[in-house]
Amino acid sequence: MPQVANIAVSILFDGLAYAMFLFITSVGLSVTMGLMGFVNLAHGAFAMAGGYVVVTLTRTYGVGFVPSLVIAAVVVGAVSVVFERVLYRRLYKSTDLEQVLLTIGLAFMAIATATYLYGPIPKSVPLPEWLQGDVNLGFRYFPSYRAFLIVLGAVLIAVLWYAFERTNIGAKIRAAVDNRRMAESVGINVDRLFTLTFAVGSGLAALGGGLAIQLLGLSPSFAVLYLVLFLIVVAVGGLGSLKGTLLAALVLGIFDTGGKYLLADAGGFFVYAVTVVVLLIKPAGFYGRE
Amino acid sequence: MRLNGWLGVAAVALTVGGTALAETVKIGVVLPFSGANADLGHQVDKAFDLYVKLHAKDIEPNKIEIIKRDEGPPTGAQAKTVATELITNDKVQILTGFVFSPSAIALAPVVTQAKVPMIIANAGTAWITNLSPYIARLSFSMWHHGYPMGAYAFNKIGCKTAALAYTDFPPGKDSTEAFKTGFEKAGGKVTESIPMGSPVQVPDFTPFFQRIKDAKPDCMYVFIPSGAHATGVTKAYGELGMRKAGVKLIGPMDLIPDNKLQDMGDAAIGTVVMGNYAVDLDNADNKAFNKAWHEAYGKDSYPDFMSAAGWDTMHAIFDAIKKLNGKVEDGSKVIDVMKGWTGNGPRGQVSIDAATRDVVQDEHAMEVIRKPDGKLGIKVLGTTKAVKDECKELKVGRCGS
Repeated sequence: MPQVANIAVSILFDGLAYAMFLFITSVGLSVTMGLMGFVNLAHGAFAMAGGYVVVTLTRTYGVGFVPSLVIAAVVVGAVSVVFERVLYRRLYKSTDLEQVLLTIGLAFMAIATATYLYGPIPKSVPLPEWLQGDVNLGFRYFPSYRAFLIVLGAVLIAVLWYAFERTNIGAKIRAAVDNRRMAESVGINVDRLFTLTFAVGSGLAALGGGLAIQLLGLSPSFAVLYLVLFLIVVAVGGLGSLKGTLLAALVLGIFDTGGKYLLADAGGFFVYAVTVVVLLIKPAGFYGRE
Repeated sequence: MRLNGWLGVAAVALTVGGTALAETVKIGVVLPFSGANADLGHQVDKAFDLYVKLHAKDIEPNKIEIIKRDEGPPTGAQAKTVATELITNDKVQILTGFVFSPSAIALAPVVTQAKVPMIIANAGTAWITNLSPYIARLSFSMWHHGYPMGAYAFNKIGCKTAALAYTDFPPGKDSTEAFKTGFEKAGGKVTESIPMGSPVQVPDFTPFFQRIKDAKPDCMYVFIPSGAHATGVTKAYGELGMRKAGVKLIGPMDLIPDNKLQDMGDAAIGTVVMGNYAVDLDNADNKAFNKAWHEAYGKDSYPDFMSAAGWDTMHAIFDAIKKLNGKVEDGSKVIDVMKGWTGNGPRGQVSIDAATRDVVQDEHAMEVIRKPDGKLGIKVLGTTKAVKDECKELKVGRCGS
């Protein structure tokens, strides 16, 4: 294969895999921020919790990696409902600052708890044989784990798209995001809807956390370390937009990878450059409402 | 009043009349206890604690009092604040710890002004020891590993060409510069040198490594701080199938810290590093050190090169206290007795060069292997005795000033 095409394929493939990871971890944050306007800085803490559930299940109980991911998403999603009912709902009508203080506080408590339980040393996760090494797609080899990320991301996008666009609940969520008061007036229980989307968002964060172990490693600081990244995806995509989050993840993922590959000297600068340019042109993000 | 005064004199007379006047030496320990690099701080701190626990009797009747502070992120700002507080408020007489070079660099003018010795247990940027006459270092300079690795890679590993990739902060530049100097002197050719972002950026190295893989150099020399990034390097290297593609992974020992090695899996096997310590090093002191470590911290806890340097650092400080009989008010005296200090520790024999106040130690080329018991370990391929910091020997850049 000619060198240029080879490079393009490398960038697209790695960029796509990274984009899928960004999408999975950020989409929940985007929806909760868009739906209730709640600034949930503890999103990364839920992702971290998912990561530690996966580590515990695989390392201590010998559960497979993929089943562990599913269990982590369900468990963290369910536990997040408790947080939502007990803590978050009290601050729905509060100012952004109060929400930020509550959730960043939760994130720091999560870091301390994880340090207490698991210690500060980064954890890794045993992968099944078929996710290690690389896979031959006929014309070249690709890392299996990244191929898995792309497939999983595609499946999730399809499921989320269907749930959002084609189901009754999806229609209600869209209605609530568009105009909360009108949705309540026509009898949609927005409160319960939020609990549900919050749980789904946190579950997805946990899934992302589990997937991130192999990519980024997992230590207690995960809760805030990558929060900036998730917030960038949400800001660039536009609050509450599935399409926006996907587009933002793709643009950021591919630009970041391409920038690192082609102009390695500029390193990780590209994510920020893209963010600044997009937000200058569209301050509310790709699909956000101005 | 008069009576009180007399009582005071009597009390002093009694104490002096006893054996010797016991001093309490205040030591300030500055290590990262929070954030992404908390585990690095704990690796050093555990070694400090262990040494103090086992050797407190060596300095009797004098005592030490340790005050620990959080070094914070690898930017130096927080370290400078807490260490300045330790000097001015807590009146510590010796400062030690310092995992990150930026911390040590930021603090150098402070310790010079305060005349407080700063005994570095990790931070490895070569020219740090030039910044203040009150600095001594027991760990390493990045040149200790990088420079000899250059010639070794060319002559023994068969690297004719090499790509360099490093975390973009002072020790990263230092380590790659050291390797490049040694490598080019031996006849090797560096194909490119890639800064991979700051130590607080997302450790996804795949795009950088893919670029290197496509360029097909014989070897890839990587420097990263030995925390979460180390595991990230091995994973990305393994995932991309770079060994199969003929690109060997080499670097300083930061690539394979002992406490993370077991988690790295097969991808790490075959990696060759230059370094001063590994759990598997075969010497009596190291065996005793590992035994004591496991007894204190459990069988799944491993010391690493940072712990070994931490141990030797406390050893040197204790020897200085003993020699001065606890009278460490004059910081320059502490540094003076440390010059030329020699001791045996987990790394074998180490000493402090009287001229540069930097450590002199053996360097080992080590390969990661799967040991007979199924665990990952290292095999020593070759050893160079008593290596000095070549950066200062050769007077390269800021090392010459």
